[in-house]
Amino acid sequence: MTKTIIEIRGLRKDYHIGEVTVHALRGIDMKIEAGEFVAVMGASGSGKSTMLNILGCLDIPTKGDYLLDGVDISTLSKDELARLRNQKLGFVFQAYNLLPRTTALENVELPLFYDPKVKSKERMERAIKALDAVGLTDRMHHMPNQLSGGQQQRVAIARSLVNDPVMILADEPTGNLDTRTSFEIMELFQDLNERGRTIVYVTHEPDIARFATRNVVFRDGLIQRENMVTDRTFAKEVLKTLPVEIIEEFDS
Amino acid sequence: MSFSNLIRIAVRALVRNRLRAILTMLGIIIGVASVIAMLALGEGSKRSMREEMSAMGTNMIMVMPNFQRRGGVNLGSGSSMTLKISDVNTLRNEAVYVAAVSPEIRSSGGQVIYGNKNAQTSVYGASEEYLGIRKFSIKSGRVFTEAEEKSMAKVCLVGQTVVDNLFDEGTDPVGLSIRIKNIPFLIIGLLEEKGESGMGQDQDDLIIAPWTTVQRRLAAIDYINGIYASAVSEEKSDAAKAEIEEILRRTHKLKDSDENDFRIMSQSELMETLTSMMSIMTYLLGAIAAISLLVGGIGIMNIMFVSVTERTREIGLRMSIGGRSQDILKQFLVESIILSILGGVFGVILGYIIAKGAGSLMDTEAYVQTQSVVLAFAVCFVIGVFFGWYPAKKAASLNPIDALRYE
Ligand SMILES: Nc1ncnc2c1ncn2[C@@H]1O[C@H](COP(=O)(O)OP(=O)(O)OP(=O)(O)O)[C@@H](O)[C@H]1O
Ligand SMILES: [Mg+2]
Repeated sequence: MTKTIIEIRGLRKDYHIGEVTVHALRGIDMKIEAGEFVAVMGASGSGKSTMLNILGCLDIPTKGDYLLDGVDISTLSKDELARLRNQKLGFVFQAYNLLPRTTALENVELPLFYDPKVKSKERMERAIKALDAVGLTDRMHHMPNQLSGGQQQRVAIARSLVNDPVMILADEPTGNLDTRTSFEIMELFQDLNERGRTIVYVTHEPDIARFATRNVVFRDGLIQRENMVTDRTFAKEVLKTLPVEIIEEFDS
Repeated sequence: MSFSNLIRIAVRALVRNRLRAILTMLGIIIGVASVIAMLALGEGSKRSMREEMSAMGTNMIMVMPNFQRRGGVNLGSGSSMTLKISDVNTLRNEAVYVAAVSPEIRSSGGQVIYGNKNAQTSVYGASEEYLGIRKFSIKSGRVFTEAEEKSMAKVCLVGQTVVDNLFDEGTDPVGLSIRIKNIPFLIIGLLEEKGESGMGQDQDDLIIAPWTTVQRRLAAIDYINGIYASAVSEEKSDAAKAEIEEILRRTHKLKDSDENDFRIMSQSELMETLTSMMSIMTYLLGAIAAISLLVGGIGIMNIMFVSVTERTREIGLRMSIGGRSQDILKQFLVESIILSILGGVFGVILGYIIAKGAGSLMDTEAYVQTQSVVLAFAVCFVIGVFFGWYPAKKAASLNPIDALRYE
């Protein structure tokens, strides 16, 4: 019934720094079905970001196969990969990577500039909608340096949503957010997931990992263990139970 | 990516990096402006020099006595007596390429007096053809006649400076009598003003009298100081010069082994020498301009390089959200084209202003040539665009993630 969207076989990634070789990934085998909601966990330096970058077609593995939607990405040209990233993938960077001196709105618009089908009016509307979804309507015209870390992160998330991707890859999307905002982001992701989007995200917090359907734990460049989430948290419900007053104190 | 998107992205990027854009443009502006200004000044002074020279008569040929040296010994002042009035007559009769010829006699220590005023000036003795050869003309009065020449008449023509020095303002000097070396001379004509020569010499500070009068009454010599001739046309001036040399060697009875006892200079030769000197100056200015262009170019290069290095993260981000290498390249290309065109236009305007300003300070008409504008613009444009494009190309060939991590 379900379709495999990601299939990885014997994936390795080495970094050479002078004489030293760092084995960031040491042979990963993994399958992700379309519509899955996967949380990747693991200690710092265990290779989570490296993995996600490769999944997002931003980096190429040293060894091993990566089949995305049944297509071996090593057979795709640079331009085809760019198109893929532009139209099928949304990526949230651990370091946000917003363009400096550029408003939130323009940052979010950016992916749509590279989509020839999107006209300028539509581009603006979709960017505003994406900013709405992350609750930043009133910060639209702020520059990144006028935004808090959490707000910048939400701009980055809005940017990953704006092209309506089939798969979202998020590297610690809630790393800088307070509990309530984290849950709101998770609500957004769960919503998107409900509507068929595949989502893979990295997190350090077991709480946040429980919003996913499956957890994968990395250790030293290998998958240590995988498990389905049995007692899944649903953001909508948790948010209702959160006392509002305390949150407002957090927010301000 | 559509063209309007491309322009929008490029303009946004330029606005975002205002300072850098302005600095890059400054490099282009300085380069273009200095090339244009330098070449305009060089060309301008070359042209004005040429004009002045041709105002002095391009057909003119001068013959001067040669200081004869035999065995390295200068034979002294006697050796400047090699030219005689008979030489003038021979040339007048025999030379076919010579249209007019006149002797020139210079009287030394020419003090002139009128009433209680006196002035120092040069007194030249000549025949009436002298005026035509040296491009003098009569403003009022008349030239001396052949009869006056024969009879050593004490008549003269005066230049405006002499008039200014001797007479009250507004006086018509024609018909008045002045004393040259205590001999009374009747002024029969006033010369048209010629102004300063290219060398800054006052060409109106002179008196011209019949050569017989000057030779006998003022200088008391039996030779002449020089011969002025004009060729039938500018093209024939080399032929006329050769002809004069041949005739004079013959009449002076020089052997094949003898050196000329006279020197011949033609105005067109002089002009060539000067023009080539001016060309050297123009090349020199051009070289300075080229250096400033180079410096400007290196400036552009640096800023472009630095900016692309700085902007490698931007390039990485653009690629990671779906920009293709060619989209990135086009963006940088458009950015640098905009900068180069803007910088080039401002540079041309500034160069024009500098050329005119410096020109009026230096009292020469600066002449902005289309070629120099095109050259300066093209060089800066190529440098600007190339160095905007090349580092971007390097950055765009990286993996998105490597570009993003670039530091
Ligand atoms: N560009 C690089 N050059 C060299 N080594 C790298 C590079 N990127 C990552 N590494 C190394 O690869 C290993 C995995 O790094 P990675 O960023 O994937 O860790 P991570 O699991 O995301 O850690 P964290 O939770 O701190 O973000 C680390 O040991 C790191 O030092
Ligand atoms: Mg990481």
